Amino acid sequence: MTLRIRLAGIVAIVIALPVMVSCAALVWQPAMPPVTPPKAAQFSPEVIARGAEMAAIGDCAVCHTASHAQPYAGGRRIPTPFGLITATNITPDVESGVGNWSEAAFRRAMRDGVDDQGRFLYPAMPYPHFTQATDQDITALYAFLMTRQPVHAEMPPNELPLPLKLRPVMAGWNLLFFKAQPWRDDPKQSAEWNRGAYLATAIGHCAACHTPINALGGEVSSKPYAGGEVEGWDAPALQAASSAAKPWTVEELTDYLRTGLSDQHGAAGGPMVDVTRELATVPEQDVRAIATYFVSQMPKSPTVPPAPKENESVAAGSAVFAGACAGCHAPNAPMVQRGAPSLALSSVVNAPSPRDAIQTILHGLPWREGKTGPYMPPFEAVLNNQQLTDLVRYIRARFSGGPAWADVEAQTQNARQNGGT
Amino acid sequence: MITLSINGHNHDVTAEPDTPLLYVLRDDLQMNGAKYGCGLGQCGACTVMIDGHAAFSCLTPIALLPGRAIKTIEGLGTATSLNPVQRAFIEEQAAQCGYCTAGMVMRAQALLEHNPNPDDNTIRDAMMPNLCRCGTHTRVLKAVKRAAQSMNRASL
Repeated sequence: MTLRIRLAGIVAIVIALPVMVSCAALVWQPAMPPVTPPKAAQFSPEVIARGAEMAAIGDCAVCHTASHAQPYAGGRRIPTPFGLITATNITPDVESGVGNWSEAAFRRAMRDGVDDQGRFLYPAMPYPHFTQATDQDITALYAFLMTRQPVHAEMPPNELPLPLKLRPVMAGWNLLFFKAQPWRDDPKQSAEWNRGAYLATAIGHCAACHTPINALGGEVSSKPYAGGEVEGWDAPALQAASSAAKPWTVEELTDYLRTGLSDQHGAAGGPMVDVTRELATVPEQDVRAIATYFVSQMPKSPTVPPAPKENESVAAGSAVFAGACAGCHAPNAPMVQRGAPSLALSSVVNAPSPRDAIQTILHGLPWREGKTGPYMPPFEAVLNNQQLTDLVRYIRARFSGGPAWADVEAQTQNARQNGGT
Repeated sequence: MITLSINGHNHDVTAEPDTPLLYVLRDDLQMNGAKYGCGLGQCGACTVMIDGHAAFSCLTPIALLPGRAIKTIEGLGTATSLNPVQRAFIEEQAAQCGYCTAGMVMRAQALLEHNPNPDDNTIRDAMMPNLCRCGTHTRVLKAVKRAAQSMNRASL
């Protein structure tokens, strides 16, 4: 008996040891030696400018800036399906930022999702995308960040449940969902298409929102750009399932991405607003390349039937529409006369789910400070759930040829309870 | 007929259900505190409170309002007995032409009822929907701060 136990123990150790050793190797990452903060003069203006462009396309500031705080100084709490993750300070402050990170440490964070101390990052930081960024672009991003104003800002801790609090757990996640691979152009496509594909994939990480994620937060690679959910909003499909009432053209999508508005499709809302603010600052040819890449995947003919002329069967919301919405959205309203799209063209009104329509009505569209652009006031305070449900059903029936939304009431309650951006 | 509860009193109104509250207040009930600015929810001159929240009365059809508690600036204080927000706006001289002031006061009142101690950024965020073409915004911010302090002193 004792012999059998002892034998079993030895067998267990023989089996477990290599597993443990290989796990330890996987989980243990060395700290990178700190460096003296590099001086701005070490970087060429051209490289810094390229870094600025990549930072804007990569939306670094969107997550790494808290409201009313210094850009890139972190502190924004990112809501994920698993809890709150605080975006870190990526200004070159030595104590609280990345001031003494070497370029090698920065490259490792971008490519492998491991910080300077050897700790695993959470994939809320899109290293599964940045891993494909070119050396040149990572160098440029490093130069750009290291020449920002250092800001001392300590971060509030993440709020994650216990297993996820332990960063080594992310080694397992990486094993399942992370594939480090360099970028490869598709030789069958044009240079512009490939440029756009690279910027959208390796830098802009569009799929982080526009591709569905599985229960563990990994992107479902078999359904690229099939549409996802982020911060209470639907990120629409960017391929054959796009619900655009009219097929997107490269011109229209470029315009939309740079201004937050397309006169044929509607306005950016929710988390997409910040993306368009960033893309407004980069050279048009980059945005056009991104648009070229996505338009090539989207339908060439309309996917939703044309809107009915007038649908009287849904009457409950009509008075509310007339009093609250028609001033801007009626066919003869000044805003429409001046070129804003009819709701019949709106991708939100024609979407498969009412979620974005509900979010847009509740929260409106924010001002674009210092710029002209789309704006809509929020109606959260004046509409109760029943009134909002009636209004959403009315708008769908009147302006979209798509089928009536099935779950308006539940989605309304959900949006009201869980908020949005 | 729709019954509206405004400043604690019921008013029976015969206007069409899609009529914006602002028109009913000014044209039917002679409550001229809320102002018509843009009619599009972009300026805030028409701001009133509905169930304690600031709202653009120009975009709020009365069909939405049965059973809701509406408060206008006429319900805050009187010329001889000002409410703390009104008093703070006068003390900080937070008006020039005054057209936006009623809306500013109502939005500030709604903020302070929910958050008696707002910091500067919270005040800025909350007051952002209301525009002042004369440029009194910095005084408005000071007035909201002063109102918060005086309301807190009063409640000690």
